[in-house]
Amino acid sequence: MGVVIIGGGQAGLQVADSLRSGGYEEPIAVISEEHGLPYQRPPLSKDYLTPGADPVPLPLRGETFFTEKNIDLRQGTTALAVDRSARTVALDDGTELTYDHLVFATGARNRRLSCTGADLDGVFGLKTLVDAQRLHRELAAAQDVVVVGAGFIGLEFAAAARAHGCGVTVLEFAAQPMGRAVSEETGAWFTSAHAELGVRLRLGEGIEHFESDERGRVRAAVSTIGSRYPADLVVVGIGVVANDALAAAAELKTENGIVVDASLRTSDPAVLAVGDCANFPNVHSGTRTRLESVQNATDQGKHAARTILGETTDYTHLPWFWSTQGSFRLQIAGLSSKDDWTVATGDPGAGKFSVLSFRGGQLAAVESVNSPADHMSARKLLGGGLGPTPDEAAAPGFSLKSYARQAASKPSGG
Amino acid sequence: MSTIIFTQPSGTTDAITVEEGTSLMRAAVTNGVEGIVGECGGQAMCATCHVYVRPEFAAALPEIADDEEEMLECTTAERTERSRLGCQIPATPELDGMVVDVPSDQV
Repeated sequence: MGVVIIGGGQAGLQVADSLRSGGYEEPIAVISEEHGLPYQRPPLSKDYLTPGADPVPLPLRGETFFTEKNIDLRQGTTALAVDRSARTVALDDGTELTYDHLVFATGARNRRLSCTGADLDGVFGLKTLVDAQRLHRELAAAQDVVVVGAGFIGLEFAAAARAHGCGVTVLEFAAQPMGRAVSEETGAWFTSAHAELGVRLRLGEGIEHFESDERGRVRAAVSTIGSRYPADLVVVGIGVVANDALAAAAELKTENGIVVDASLRTSDPAVLAVGDCANFPNVHSGTRTRLESVQNATDQGKHAARTILGETTDYTHLPWFWSTQGSFRLQIAGLSSKDDWTVATGDPGAGKFSVLSFRGGQLAAVESVNSPADHMSARKLLGGGLGPTPDEAAAPGFSLKSYARQAASKPSGG
Repeated sequence: MSTIIFTQPSGTTDAITVEEGTSLMRAAVTNGVEGIVGECGGQAMCATCHVYVRPEFAAALPEIADDEEEMLECTTAERTERSRLGCQIPATPELDGMVVDVPSDQV
């Protein structure tokens, strides 16, 4: 009995860690499909791809953690089926684990293209350590790189490929980069910033098909407007799909992920879901969302542990995200939406600014470009339900950092 | 190789051998030093590898870059003049024997 956690990523390990630090003494098993110690993913699309550097994995926890905390990490193991009435999980090595609580931390997998040539040699996704190590090798030899999708992964990879001296074209069907995550202002700044790096960012242009050379390797990408771009290496970064099939097979409700309540329980109170695979009621957007971020994985992991330990509070953590693209730093606090009123502060011309998003006159999100102090100030303000009015933010010389300092020094309610 | 000694608020210590060029954060996480989280993977984005460096080694440290400076203003435990982010300190022979104190809170 005890807790079985399916998934050895950031969220799954955090559940195990927080259970032990919360005093949980029953057995804990973590089912990890990959071999080797669970590792951090953010560097995979960034540091690991820099020229020269060796892509050495950074463990999420050291080896001693698992023995000292008595956590049974099953590496290279897949959960095949869950029997909720018997409270058992069947594994591919033939064993069966029983549980008091089961946690799905199964993450997400890359969405794949279905166009002609999408399975050619030289067309890759980027999600795992194995992917990153392969791309690290491929980049050293590549000349013409095509990236499909101008989201975080696509643009991070594009910047890395430029650092390797490759010619880089990014095809993005939408009218702006990172369209699901950032405002038009921030999108526009990154469009010019990547142009200055020498990335050819083609907006409003998707992939139609890939051409093959005589050995079955990709040779070119043809876009939806008929342009042809030579390519000996392609990376596809068009978003992810939640790994919810095992939960669905166990007759748990799934809809763009595993549906959970505010305490992160599924429709079966003995079963929880956390991280990229969990579709939860989000107080910051007022809708159900699934978030793909280290912050969400970590904070939901902690919260699920508390739920298992008997607390009944709602998950309300402020979402935050980051991306580094070459030397550009983007940090986001809160969730913006397309209907928000935006105010830019700082100096976009100097590449150091923030875009504040307001909803109903309230600060809802802040995107900071090369401005970590603004970002950290935003996290404090948004986390406390504070923030300037749109007029205050639009006043000349407004500084989020000074505002946050003043807000912190005011008596409560101020 | 340098030996870096991480001291916990409780007084217990971990002496870690760190390869030259490897950051203090990476070495601490790899060796399971409690209290060094490194949530962002080492890009000065999360301030969860905050450490206090003993003053006698201050001169041997790399200078604080603007990004690190801004993140240090927002650490969970109090920022002092000895505060650094472990991810921004690569091990060098000059740092051999350095003692760093791990703060009581990171997140």
